[in-house]
Amino acid sequence: MTRDTAEPLMSFEDAIATFDPVMGFEVHVELNTLTKMFCGCPTEFGAPPNTQVCPVCLGLPGALPVVNEKAVESAIRIGLALGCSIAEWSRFARKNYFYPDMPKDFQTSQYDEPIAFNGALEILVETEGGRRSVTVEIERAHMEEDTGKILHVGGATGRIHGADYSLIDYNRAGVPLIEIVTKPIEVEPVLAPAVARAYVTELRELIVALGVSDAHMHQGSMRVDANLSLKPRGRAEFGTRTETKNVNSIRSVERAVRFEIQRQAAVLQSGGTIIQETRHFHESDGSTTSGRVKEEAEDYRYFPEPDLTPVAPDATWIETLRATLPEPPLKRRARIREEWGITEHDMQSLINAGALELVEQTVALGADSADARKWWMGEIARISNERGLDIVQLPITPADVYRIITLTSNGSLNDKLARQVIEGVLAGEGGPDEVVAARGLAVVSDDGALLEAVDAALAAQPDVAAKIRDGKVQAAGAIVGAVMKATAGKADAGRVRELILERVGASPS
Amino acid sequence: MPALDRDDIAHLARLSRLQLTDSELDQYGGQLDVILSAVARVAEVAADDVPPTTHAVPVVNVARPDVIVPCLAREDVLAGAPAAEDDRFRVPRILDQEEQ
Ligand SMILES: [Zn+2]
Repeated sequence: MTRDTAEPLMSFEDAIATFDPVMGFEVHVELNTLTKMFCGCPTEFGAPPNTQVCPVCLGLPGALPVVNEKAVESAIRIGLALGCSIAEWSRFARKNYFYPDMPKDFQTSQYDEPIAFNGALEILVETEGGRRSVTVEIERAHMEEDTGKILHVGGATGRIHGADYSLIDYNRAGVPLIEIVTKPIEVEPVLAPAVARAYVTELRELIVALGVSDAHMHQGSMRVDANLSLKPRGRAEFGTRTETKNVNSIRSVERAVRFEIQRQAAVLQSGGTIIQETRHFHESDGSTTSGRVKEEAEDYRYFPEPDLTPVAPDATWIETLRATLPEPPLKRRARIREEWGITEHDMQSLINAGALELVEQTVALGADSADARKWWMGEIARISNERGLDIVQLPITPADVYRIITLTSNGSLNDKLARQVIEGVLAGEGGPDEVVAARGLAVVSDDGALLEAVDAALAAQPDVAAKIRDGKVQAAGAIVGAVMKATAGKADAGRVRELILERVGASPS
Repeated sequence: MPALDRDDIAHLARLSRLQLTDSELDQYGGQLDVILSAVARVAEVAADDVPPTTHAVPVVNVARPDVIVPCLAREDVLAGAPAAEDDRFRVPRILDQEEQ
């Protein structure tokens, strides 16, 4: 198959003037349990191929699966956090298909009896008229297992098309997945791409807050399939939908929805029909291209899994789990915005930088929120960008940052020295106090030493000294700079300025 | 009246990635019919008050703790594979030319 780049598009504005988009999302979340869904094999990411497999996940004859209790617990907590009802009784089902990513030739999933159903997630959508609250209804959340990873060999592209043969690693086969499915989402057409983005963002935050998955979209521990159909304005029945698979970043979800609206509008406008099919998203240009034509649901010949017992969670257990739910991320953000006096834009920057929790922990230790944000979002965020690491992966803790803030506010460090302390902590030289001691970074607070430097600087720039004496105190900046340079940045600039003014006999103003 | 007609069997064969000739379709159609009618006799004895079940005994919530147990050695795993390469299972080309 060649990539059809010539598919015509209608402009987004024209498309939404004529058609109403209907969206739906299927999000797969890989749980962070230690073991797989139905066997005790570890789920650790990146292990050598086929070293985390056993008779159960290889589907060897006679092997019997047993469900992972922790995975059921996580499924229930996700369901509760999404406001779903939890089924008193639910079963697993076999989804039969012939594709070598599952050695059993079926995937154990749930079909007509999902563990959680009928929920809703409130999201905030950015619009031209400000933020608006939208409720996305959740159809269901069910348990299933991940598939193995296939490597296509031969052919030009390493893709399935044109491959000579394929190699399979079953380490991932059987890793617990929760699939979260929305009901059809119909919003004001112009908002559809932003709603898509906001839904995935909010869901991801909820999953992370629950602590049930790291939900890394680029590593595939959270995968989004975006369904989209159009109906001509005023028509009640839905059009044929396409399913864009594995859109692996939040920004891509927005782009994929926008592209499908434009593509489908062009097809329909020219009298064509939309085929129900799977489409692939291309990160490079934001387009989607045709994949396989979707098999009908009955083609999977689902039937109840005879090797697993039904899941019938006890009401007391469900209530115990409800009590462990975190504050909903949307409410939490609103509360923190209020407490710290910051805008939603500041909040989004913190979230995008992965620094919200770190700042929160630093504040909890006693730091002022403005100071905590300044260091995490300034110097530390800069270094994490430079190194291409998530900020949380850097070897510096909220306690370190709190200590640096304390040393800065009591005058032991200035900002320049504090940056060197951060550098030292990140280089593994120890905690802030150790770095200060080892590098000799404390602010020079001895007035005698500072006066010497001030006198030298004034003598070197007599014209500036004269200006200050004549009352142009802002000229003192040049002398402050010279003193800071002479003391290798270890002086308190405020104190230096005071000393300069004293020395020339000008009154501080 | 057979439970499955020829089109049903051709469809199932395609889903199962089996290439059946016309004579095989007829042959398996007859065989499947015998099996399905035998199974269908069970439905005759199941009265309305017997709900469909997937288990012989009414057991629920058989679960295991989230504790790692040893896996198979890779040599053993791949020993069962028809072909292996680079520590992985090797399988023939997945898509036919016509599907590409
Ligand atoms: Zn296993």
